Amino acid sequence: MEQDTLREWEYKCIQEEPPECTATCPIHVDARMFVKEMARGDREAAFRVLAKTMPFPGILARICDHPCEQKCKRGEVDEPIAISYLERSCVEQTTGRVRVPLLPRREQKIAVLGSGLAGLTATWDLLKKGFGVTLFEQSGRLGGSLRELPDALLPQEIIDGELAILEALNGGIRLGETMDGQRFEEICREFDAVFIDRETITGCDLPLRQNDRGDIAINAASGATDREGVFAGGGTRDCGAWSPINETLQGRKGSLSIERFIQKANMEAGRGNDGPYQTRLYTNLNGISLTPRVQPADRAAGFSDDEAQAEAGRCIRCECLECVKTCLFLERYQAYPKKYARQVFNNERVIYGAAHTKNQFVNSCSNCGLCETVCPTNFHMGDLCLQARRTMNEQKLMPAAFHEFALQDMSHSNGEHFTLARHEPGKNESAWLYFPSCQLCATSPGEVLLSYGYLRERLTGGVGIMLGCCGAPAYWSGRDDLFRESMATIRCEWQKRGSPRVITACSTCQNLFTEHIPGMETVSLWTIIEEEGTPDITGGTAGTTVAIADPCSSRHEPKTQTSVRQIVRSLGMSIEALPLSGDKPECCGYGGLMFNANPKLGQDVIARRLEADNAHEYLAYCAMCRDHLAAGGARVCHLIELLFPAVAGGDPAARGWISWSERRTNRARVKQGILRELGEQGAEIVKSCEGIMLEMTQEIRRRIDERRILDDDIRMVIDHAEQTGKRLLNTQNGQYRASCQTENVTFWVDYTGEGDRFTIYNAYSHRMKIVGVK
Amino acid sequence: MSVTNEASGWRCAACGGKLEITKVGFTYMKGNFEVDLPACRSCGQALVSEELATGKMADAERILEDK
Repeated sequence: MEQDTLREWEYKCIQEEPPECTATCPIHVDARMFVKEMARGDREAAFRVLAKTMPFPGILARICDHPCEQKCKRGEVDEPIAISYLERSCVEQTTGRVRVPLLPRREQKIAVLGSGLAGLTATWDLLKKGFGVTLFEQSGRLGGSLRELPDALLPQEIIDGELAILEALNGGIRLGETMDGQRFEEICREFDAVFIDRETITGCDLPLRQNDRGDIAINAASGATDREGVFAGGGTRDCGAWSPINETLQGRKGSLSIERFIQKANMEAGRGNDGPYQTRLYTNLNGISLTPRVQPADRAAGFSDDEAQAEAGRCIRCECLECVKTCLFLERYQAYPKKYARQVFNNERVIYGAAHTKNQFVNSCSNCGLCETVCPTNFHMGDLCLQARRTMNEQKLMPAAFHEFALQDMSHSNGEHFTLARHEPGKNESAWLYFPSCQLCATSPGEVLLSYGYLRERLTGGVGIMLGCCGAPAYWSGRDDLFRESMATIRCEWQKRGSPRVITACSTCQNLFTEHIPGMETVSLWTIIEEEGTPDITGGTAGTTVAIADPCSSRHEPKTQTSVRQIVRSLGMSIEALPLSGDKPECCGYGGLMFNANPKLGQDVIARRLEADNAHEYLAYCAMCRDHLAAGGARVCHLIELLFPAVAGGDPAARGWISWSERRTNRARVKQGILRELGEQGAEIVKSCEGIMLEMTQEIRRRIDERRILDDDIRMVIDHAEQTGKRLLNTQNGQYRASCQTENVTFWVDYTGEGDRFTIYNAYSHRMKIVGVK
Repeated sequence: MSVTNEASGWRCAACGGKLEITKVGFTYMKGNFEVDLPACRSCGQALVSEELATGKMADAERILEDK
């Protein structure tokens, strides 16, 4: 990933955008953080938040005209947070002293003329930046119109106390300085730059260009006057109501401009967010209950401690996290896409040998795209992760552990036990080509064969068949080489049969074909059935209710989703809507090979789904959804089991979990079934150890299967042990323990037996390779 | 179970010898390790227990995969 690409990804995630209150505040006080500290009852910490942005918080917090409250998102639910009252409550009861970090002293001298809020702010800001500042005030005391405010609002001693800091910082203060043209010229010669507070000094006094109202004319963005090095601001009373916070902004802008002027930097670039601006942050307000604003019992005294805490507790702490709220993968790694993008970038960039630390993260995403659907700016974590996986493969840094099992399963599907491409038995052309998918054949072989019969009966022009894997595991693992190979084979076989319309029973296959095989017209099996009518004999139970678990791959296939619902209704069944369906289905944990790279997360994804909706009987139309929901303990059946029951009168929802070994056997059964109809003899593919019979309890079988150990792996170990005699004997129970090392995995099996019949007691594996016994 | 106790319950079926605690070398993701394990010295057969394979070894594999 290049820096530019990283920045594009980072920009796309809006979680770190400021909340409305901060963006609306002319000086961008972190009101959300301030209110959070108030809710915790920590006034000192809250004060520190104010002081970070506010000059003279003891003054401003008492008199601010709080435009933040008008934009407060809470106000869209009931009433905005009383930020203004909270600020007053905070400064009235804190010591009001913070340590101010000062930058190193700079040699330039700045003059500030006038000491209204704008002039005071400029003085304070410039002092903090390290400049030598002299503040000239015509009257006998600092403060300008602050001094005219009612004492109840802003007591005189507060003003004196807050402004004392200017003296403590050695800000030169000159009171009673008459300001006229001559004095102004002297000041301009003596100082490197000048800021004029227009509240107290009008254009008539000085030789500067004026606007229609007689104020000193300034550039709105920078505050620059027509004289180089002289900036002005403030005096907003003349253009409407006096706004303390806007006066403050004017002073701040002036100080920033003076700093840029001294540094000879561009005066206007990158200043779009100087004042109020529109934030991109999205905050979901669903589910926020009505809580009216807290009214202080004693209005004159303001909020008591408890009242302030209660009012601050109403804050919804605006943030987005739409994707994190809905995706366990994103939640599990405790950050959000903007941070993840940076982590993925860093993971890619580390010099070889240094720690990566995000390899498993990158490979744990299911690529389901739910994040993109719920994200206000369409951030697709799957795209980010997929690209990173491709890079890991290119750099030869992808640990085999993450995808090896899935890629071997794909290799099985594309191997001699399963692949097949034929015209319909008895025909030599195909108007249609049925691609039932390797995983549906793996879980429902009998049903697939019946569905093929149905298609031949209802459709004309010949319905060819193609067995194989679409290449999804290669695609998800970032193995573009393998994926292209899969696609090329499929395209070639499809073209050989005259490029017929392809009927898919799996949404993932359909998506990949549509995206990667130009010109291939695909249609879902469910759409064909909706159009052609349900089979004469079905297994659906009229009157029952099912919750349809849309697969994540159907997210952008509303036609398929509608067809499924139509079929279910036509079987006389009712449908219960799930919250995550339609364009928002969640992955079952198979997608993106999450199940392989992060098995625990895959199990937790299903567990969380079932926890939320445990009362349903599910209906899936993705083989992996069915299998994963079943493995999680749900009652679930696949649509094909309702439409084409291979066992009459059965209860498919009770079928439960199925092992990876069984899946392979089932695929081979589909191929054999079709070959029989074609009158062809399937080539016998028997490895030396395939005749070994294994017996084990269902509990052991399940445990071994969860460890992704196949019956064939066990046969290999036993075959090897029996051939070489290399095995260990457990003297207590008489069982043998043997191991066999493949390229990447060492399998261990505990067994008894002889000849071709063995009982299995346990099996486990590790990826560390034994290299020697000393 | 200690490694010593574990060794005592096994024999090498190839030569009938006892298992002894021996240094066994492992390699994974460009890392090399030596672990004391029961093994038959004459036949070179080591014993990796289920507990070790699914516990410490699996943890170490995960750490190395993320490096």
